[in-house]
Amino acid sequence: MIRRITMALAAPVLAIAFAMAVSAIMLALTDYSATEVFRVIFDDGFSRTNLVTTVNRAAPYYISGVAVAIGFKMNLFNIGVEGQYKLAALFAAAAAAAVELPAPLHVLFTLLVAMLVGAAWASIPALLKAYRGVSEVISSIMLNATALGVGAFFIQRWLRAPATESPVLGTRTISPSGQLPSLNGLLGVIGIDVPDATRVQSYVVVAAIVGVAYYLLIWRSRYGFDLRATGSNAEAATASGVNSKRMIITAMLISGAVAGLIGMNNIMGPAARYTDVSVVTGLGFTGIAIALLGRNNPVGIAFAALLWAFMDAVQTPLSNANLPKQITSIMQGITVLSVVIAYEVVRRISARQELAGLRREVTAGGAAPPPADPPSPTGSGPEVAPA
Amino acid sequence: MSALMNPPETEANTKPLARFSEIPRWARLVLYLALGVGVLSLTRILTGAGQLTAENTLRSALYLALPIALAGLGGLWSERAGVVNIGLEGMMVLGTWFGAYGGIAYGPWQGVILGVVGGAIGGLLHAIATVGFGVDHIISGVSINLLAVGLCEFLTSVSWDGASARESPTIPDTPANVDLLPFLKEPLRELGSQNRFFLSDFAKAILALTTNVSPLVIVALLLFPLTFFVLWKTPFGLRLRSVGEDPDAADSLGVHVYRLKFTAVMISGALSGLAGVVLVYLFSGKFQSQQTGGRGFIGLAAMIFGNWRPGGLLVGAGLFGFMDSMQSQITETSHALLVGAALTFVVTGLFCAYRKLWVSTAVFFVLAAGAAWWYQATDELPREIIPYFPHVTTLLVLVFASQRLRMPAADGKVWRRGGR
Repeated sequence: MIRRITMALAAPVLAIAFAMAVSAIMLALTDYSATEVFRVIFDDGFSRTNLVTTVNRAAPYYISGVAVAIGFKMNLFNIGVEGQYKLAALFAAAAAAAVELPAPLHVLFTLLVAMLVGAAWASIPALLKAYRGVSEVISSIMLNATALGVGAFFIQRWLRAPATESPVLGTRTISPSGQLPSLNGLLGVIGIDVPDATRVQSYVVVAAIVGVAYYLLIWRSRYGFDLRATGSNAEAATASGVNSKRMIITAMLISGAVAGLIGMNNIMGPAARYTDVSVVTGLGFTGIAIALLGRNNPVGIAFAALLWAFMDAVQTPLSNANLPKQITSIMQGITVLSVVIAYEVVRRISARQELAGLRREVTAGGAAPPPADPPSPTGSGPEVAPA
Repeated sequence: MSALMNPPETEANTKPLARFSEIPRWARLVLYLALGVGVLSLTRILTGAGQLTAENTLRSALYLALPIALAGLGGLWSERAGVVNIGLEGMMVLGTWFGAYGGIAYGPWQGVILGVVGGAIGGLLHAIATVGFGVDHIISGVSINLLAVGLCEFLTSVSWDGASARESPTIPDTPANVDLLPFLKEPLRELGSQNRFFLSDFAKAILALTTNVSPLVIVALLLFPLTFFVLWKTPFGLRLRSVGEDPDAADSLGVHVYRLKFTAVMISGALSGLAGVVLVYLFSGKFQSQQTGGRGFIGLAAMIFGNWRPGGLLVGAGLFGFMDSMQSQITETSHALLVGAALTFVVTGLFCAYRKLWVSTAVFFVLAAGAAWWYQATDELPREIIPYFPHVTTLLVLVFASQRLRMPAADGKVWRRGGR
């Protein structure tokens, strides 16, 4: 058990160290002081303002990571998260601005619309995969681009706020009942003082709920068991009575529904409406990186999202100190590329060790019946009954 | 000869489809292109939208298609060797930055070479991860896309004084445009202005391809027949494709599977790098962050549309480029596209009828009627959605013609020697 945890942690830690080393070399090559950069990262990066920014940014990253991870658990590659969350954000923003409801209902309604739109857009690759065998990666790539056109079409023609209301192209503003409050007051009550200028967005609560729901669904429900079974061995799952078409469709729909929530942070928060700049681009692809980094584990994804958001947030102090802030983007890229390589190497080593352990046990068992409970030397070797 | 080999009863049973596939591939490609020009020409005459096949329109379509086609060609090299390359986008980004840097620091052609090398380095990374370490191809590709963007923004901010991270200064000097057939220019212009069916449009297409074109365009276009020749007519190409079809069999015959995969993926990166260079040199004249705008992914789509073959890929990329160029046209021209669509549906319907696929025939005629009705009932085609017609077309091809698409058999599979 400890061994397994060490193995699991070794890869990301090594990857981050490697990324830092490569970044240091790049900085040295471009005549910047690496020590200076790392000093800023480790000193100013942990200032309270910066940590608040980190948490705020981590929330959509986390949701995006979970959306991708649901697909991964089922061996589906939902690369279409990108298009799903953009369309969901647009339609949910328009729907939220069109209704007047009491505050909690208004928020729930908006989130529900976002989830429905995300799931609806994800249903296209899901149905194509289940009924026509079209690779979800390829259809999602088409649909990501098409989502931009569909979004532009709707916002130009039907969903835009009249020019008298706002000169910027976007939906109408959501009334305060549909906006999420800041958490500053609540944090003040429990003794954490956050300056008023930095707002702790309550969307982090939504992210936490998504995380818990993800855990319960995948690891604590019958459906989740089927999903993991299909993901690890589709034929065996089918043989045991799992309807694989239904699994593909539902997994993709759930993934899309979660993806629909990614972009709502800003729309139900500071921006209060959908414009071309109120939803950040690329969160879907970042979500893939974060799910990989966190190994589809609800806690692991949280760490990955925080790490990614931290590297984003630290760009501000870096640029204030006249240092090249983009170095953290490189660190992000190298971290994810080296971590996937490291995981693959670790996986292969442990598979080989497992195989060796198995072989050892089988030969030992063939020679003489082993004691009732032999202390296995590898610890992770599967149980093999002596022949 | 073939009559001797085929017994008479099979001759009688020969399906139209089989007869059709006896036509050599190049002839079919020419046929498709001629049909395309014919449909466009007829549309122009029916609607009076002269801009539809104007020389500028066709040239801008060609220029817009080129980065997509090159990225797709990159994808083709890599997938023919069995490695899915979704990192085309990132390698293209590397090409834009290195191309711009080389163009500014050394000179136009040096910039081109540096851009190609930049892309090839991206390809090398992808090969190390997927072929060397056996990482899932799509995961590695996505990671490379993320890394390339970060790397290029960093390099931009440190390379030029006072430059923001978003863009480089303008490249002082790009390869000068040339006229390939100066003696034919006037006669073709003359023919083009006569507004004859087919001939005028064909003349304008030739003009767009040959007059005032960047040498980069010519180099890029020549890579397509070259790819076809290398991959399908040389022993090297046969080995490379065998690696993508059945690496175990190839390995057992002494083919260096790893080496070929590395080569293919690096060539793939180099071609994507060239796609990035084209984007920089023919459009903005400088590096801009996000300027690739998903074209690497579209290249992949064009490649699938073209059934993993260079000719089909060119047709697909041309479709994407043409639709892209329509977006900036006046409403009248883009509106005429509906007539073009209706005619295309009619042609496809007739083709289905020839193959005795009556249901498909009916569907296509209904679609044609729908497009014609849409043209009659409206005055414009929503500008925002025009560029996405090829995407939807590709999706439809995937849905309805997926039996006729055949990707390399071992495409996307991680291969370890000895199955470990």
